[in-house]
Amino acid sequence: MSMGLLRLLRGKKASAPVARERLQILLAHERGMRGQPDLLGVLREEILAVVSRHVALDPTKVIVRLERGDEVSTLEVDIEVPNDFERKKAAVA
Amino acid sequence: MAKVLVVTSGKGGVGKTTTTAALGAALAQRGDKVVVVDFDVGLRNLDLVMGAERRVVFDLINVVQGVAKLPQALIRDKRLENLWLLPASQTRDKDALTEEGVGKVIADLRSRFDWVICDSPAGIERGASMAMRFADEAVIVTNPEVSSVRDSDRIIGMLDSKTVRAEKGERVEKHVLITRYDPSRAARGEMLTIDDILEILATPLLGIIPESQDVLKASNVGTPVTLSNADGAPALAYMDAAKRLCGENVTMHVPAERRGLMDRLLRRRAA
Repeated sequence: MSMGLLRLLRGKKASAPVARERLQILLAHERGMRGQPDLLGVLREEILAVVSRHVALDPTKVIVRLERGDEVSTLEVDIEVPNDFERKKAAVA
Repeated sequence: MAKVLVVTSGKGGVGKTTTTAALGAALAQRGDKVVVVDFDVGLRNLDLVMGAERRVVFDLINVVQGVAKLPQALIRDKRLENLWLLPASQTRDKDALTEEGVGKVIADLRSRFDWVICDSPAGIERGASMAMRFADEAVIVTNPEVSSVRDSDRIIGMLDSKTVRAEKGERVEKHVLITRYDPSRAARGEMLTIDDILEILATPLLGIIPESQDVLKASNVGTPVTLSNADGAPALAYMDAAKRLCGENVTMHVPAERRGLMDRLLRRRAA
């Protein structure tokens, strides 16, 4: 009995074609990203370097996030600047 | 000339260790001199699957660090006289696998064996990259399932860029081995087909190992499946895969759904 007829009789939809299509779309995207430099990592380092030239920063409090939307994507840069960072550093030293 | 073959997958639990043991034994049964090397530092299991867990004295890291000489660490199989095991360390850290050290051990193994089969750990970290680093050929073990195929694709990308061969502008010869293939589920459209997987991964097929109780039974008793039930479907499929690795042209046997009355009754009862 053919695959299609069997499915028809049982009234079930095969899930394998869905798997195949999802994989093809995902892998096309992932292969394109391969070998590219880590964009967010590079952005984070450069932003950190620029800002810390003027303000004392805790490097762990710099968060760079990219969100993909259908129409536009947003790049969110969250930098926490402690008011008393300088003082704390002095106290420790 | 010796060949270094890595058995890899990215994803865990797809059958790398089973495959390493089975292909190693199959090639040794054909008369080649074979060593299987466990790269899964800290989580070694090839010794257990090969039934040599109580005979481990020295390991790969001892040899890499010069604590033991290679012949001291090699364990000869009790059933096949030209099959050997180099176990991984169970206690050390995988960072002990330096590229220089591993390279020396692999070069030494090349001079002593026809096949050096490296059993890669899961993941894409140091253990996995060291297992593939010096490979001439690769067997990518893949289950007919989305996450396994995705991880195989990632590993293929690494084989094409992060190996010594790739960096010299040469190619690592890659083969896909599909394991845990269930013909009845494939026939019902519940499982990625062989053609789907091969088209997505664009890599030639080495063999199809059907889902079978033989595999678990073999690991239970610590015997490669090609020895424990040599007439069973997985053993025959692994023997064919070994022949293809040796360059023989063997017709690919796609496991078919068993449709005998007894099988149907049994399956219904099992389900």
